[in-house]
Amino acid sequence: MQTVLQQIINALSLGSIYALLALGYSMVYGIIKLINFAHGDIYMLGAFAAYYVISLWHFNFITALLTAMVVGAVSGVVIEYFAYRPLRKSPRIAVLITAIGVSFLLENGMSYLVGSNARSFPQVIEQVNYNLGGVLISNIQILILVTALILMVLLQLIIKKTKMGRAMRAVSVDPEAAELVGVNVNHTISFTFALGSALAGAAGILIGMYYNQIDPLMGMTPGIKAFVAAVLGGIGSVPGASLGGFLIGILETFFQSIGLSAYKDAVVYLVLIVILLFLPAGIFGKNTEEKV
Amino acid sequence: MHLLQVDHVVRKFGGLTAVNDVSLHLDDQELVALIGPNGAGKTTLFNLLTGMIPVTSGKIVLNKNSQSYDLTKESATKIADLGLSRTFQNIRLFKDLTVMDNVLTAMTNKYHEGFMTAILRLPNFYQTECEMRVAAEKLLAIFNLTANANTLAKNLPYGTQRRLEIVRALATRPQILFLDEPAAGMNPEETADLTQLIKYIQTEFKITVLLIEHDMSLVMNLAQRIYVLDQGQILATGTPEEIKVNPKVIEAYLGEGDE
Amino acid sequence: MKANLKYILSWLAVMVLGFALIDVLILGGVIDTFIENMLVTIGINIILATGLNLIIGFSGQFSLGHAGFMAIGAYATAIITQYWSTELGFIISLFVGMALAAIIAAIIGTATFIRLKGDYLAIATLGAAEIIRNVINNLKITGGSSGMFNIPQLCSWPTVYVLVCITTVVLLNFIRSRDGRAIKAVREDEIAASAMGINTTKWKLAAFVLGGVTAAIAGSLHASYLQTIAPSDFGIMESISILVIVVLGGVGSMTGTFLAATVLGVLDTVLQNFGSLRMVIYAIALILIMIFKPSGLLGNWEFSFKNLFARFTKKKEARS
Repeated sequence: MQTVLQQIINALSLGSIYALLALGYSMVYGIIKLINFAHGDIYMLGAFAAYYVISLWHFNFITALLTAMVVGAVSGVVIEYFAYRPLRKSPRIAVLITAIGVSFLLENGMSYLVGSNARSFPQVIEQVNYNLGGVLISNIQILILVTALILMVLLQLIIKKTKMGRAMRAVSVDPEAAELVGVNVNHTISFTFALGSALAGAAGILIGMYYNQIDPLMGMTPGIKAFVAAVLGGIGSVPGASLGGFLIGILETFFQSIGLSAYKDAVVYLVLIVILLFLPAGIFGKNTEEKV
Repeated sequence: MHLLQVDHVVRKFGGLTAVNDVSLHLDDQELVALIGPNGAGKTTLFNLLTGMIPVTSGKIVLNKNSQSYDLTKESATKIADLGLSRTFQNIRLFKDLTVMDNVLTAMTNKYHEGFMTAILRLPNFYQTECEMRVAAEKLLAIFNLTANANTLAKNLPYGTQRRLEIVRALATRPQILFLDEPAAGMNPEETADLTQLIKYIQTEFKITVLLIEHDMSLVMNLAQRIYVLDQGQILATGTPEEIKVNPKVIEAYLGEGDE
Repeated sequence: MKANLKYILSWLAVMVLGFALIDVLILGGVIDTFIENMLVTIGINIILATGLNLIIGFSGQFSLGHAGFMAIGAYATAIITQYWSTELGFIISLFVGMALAAIIAAIIGTATFIRLKGDYLAIATLGAAEIIRNVINNLKITGGSSGMFNIPQLCSWPTVYVLVCITTVVLLNFIRSRDGRAIKAVREDEIAASAMGINTTKWKLAAFVLGGVTAAIAGSLHASYLQTIAPSDFGIMESISILVIVVLGGVGSMTGTFLAATVLGVLDTVLQNFGSLRMVIYAIALILIMIFKPSGLLGNWEFSFKNLFARFTKKKEARS
């Protein structure tokens, strides 16, 4: 029982990071139908931004988090403006390859600038472990979970309650119609990238605190897993992406804990395929059949 | 026994009943029209008959070569193989293929090349390709498309695209041809030509034709029988002369008069 | 018939001349081991990318798991030639790899093609390839995550050259036949294709299996030529780099795939001198090409002797 609870706590904190990443994927995909391969690398940039402001200027958690989010948002907007916007009317596969190119550029550019070695993430908050009846919870785990949840609620509020959120929803349904009724499509897409990338930046600092380690290639694997999570939840859906993220975190932690950690990736992908076969548009996705 | 027997077919989309208890039949070498106001469920009925979407309830049976085939639950592919071919209201050509390739593609199931024969380019391959091309050229000539054989389908003018759709459907060597608004977007002259053409292929290839059309001149000139569909139900059926004077049909088309 | 013979002979001449040219250049010392390695890598990439182009460009199905099939071929060859270190052993391993890839492609395809399309299909194929890799990573016979070393080198550049020719001829003849037309129809419009009696799932599967089989061939060559393989060679990055070749050359153009594989192969060799900046330059080149040439280098243009001869005759006619 204790181990089960322990694993649930671990799964939730890991899952919440995947969820934050998956949200960005989901939003970007929802609005321009692009698998933004560079999204995982924005999370890496966020982690590095936090690393530098903490170790050089001794920022505290909140200010470091905000820095990571701002760096994430700015890089997201810049990437969209220079790399994706010129390809708005091109075949989707060309944009996908561009996104892969951007991802290569960020990974290798960072390796070139700061070296490809892993470096340890500075302790921004001293770790305290609480023992609740045999279950170990660290303050960092709580912080990760709470931060992630607050950000998700904020995101949901922005999308549902603000004018920009309404514009985002409109553009994702039909960009041309949205433009006709006066929505500035370019601004809306930039805003979506800013929002999604800010969440990735936040996930970057959180993962740094979770694993105590960062490197320029850290975004690759979680990036792909987060996309899997977004697909699983139903791409374009905010609750779906969160659920998908938590689900992947739970699955991974579960298979690690029963001693099958070597097969955890295979199981994650197997679950993905099985779910897609039954729900071809993900858990919360709407299945649209082509009209004859 | 009728060639195609449709019994009490129903199709619901959520709460909406698009096709409600429709029964009809087609006989061998008949030219039948299906008319009705917009949204009456004509195209949905076509989609049901050609297996594009499944029926909610009802039964569709094909009787040919003294055999009965239950089409109710068959796939579109199987139904096409059994000799029911169609065109699409919103034109679904293989846009990036040439006119010739569009027609050849429709012959896929009628000719067999064999994987190894094709890979090794054995003499048989060239022979089959040649036969297919000759057959395709014949069809293209009937529809006056020979000059366009190597044009990409997407580069054809609208009316020509519609004609190519009919050629493509014919290339599957159907027994029943379903034409969904073949004259849509055509001028009166083109429509008159098309009317002749449909009549010609119906007798030449000895096939049954069911067509949806809004152009009444075409319908009245061609059809031996007419079904009138309104709000998913068969409102009336009969010869063109009977339909013209049927008060229910007039009312459905003109709305309820106050006089 | 006679005209067809002319095209066939022209192609044959190109293949033989290409072979002779490389042979002479090696004998003359122009091509050293370094360049020979580059040529072999280009050849293997051509086999991989033409197979993927069949799946993506001609049947229109988005696969992100091509490296999985490459892994199957590579490991089949590595394991079999370890025990049976002769040319015959290599040939048998080649066929075992192809057969295994065909079976696994058929299973993956049957499971996914009926229900999935577009990006969802891409993610499912990516997942399937990762499962294959994960299993290889955990088996004893495959050497686990450290991979396999000292695989006997039973193939050299002529083997690769001949196999590039064979797979290309097979793929092109397949595309330009009844089967190829059916596959293109599925890409163009699935609904219309099924209304013409074309079984869309069957033809998607045919392209997917054929593409998988050619990837297995490339894997066998890779293992036997490089003599060292590890599961990490066949990850998502490998699938993506094959995809990059296809898109760069032009989706739906086999000529483009040849060109892109060659350009990238040469670029990669030239950039070796730039050390760690290599990948940065590669990435920037990739982005710029896509921004300025989104349909790839050649779009869907295809080289053919038929058109070439036709142009010649036209010019002659114009002159006379």
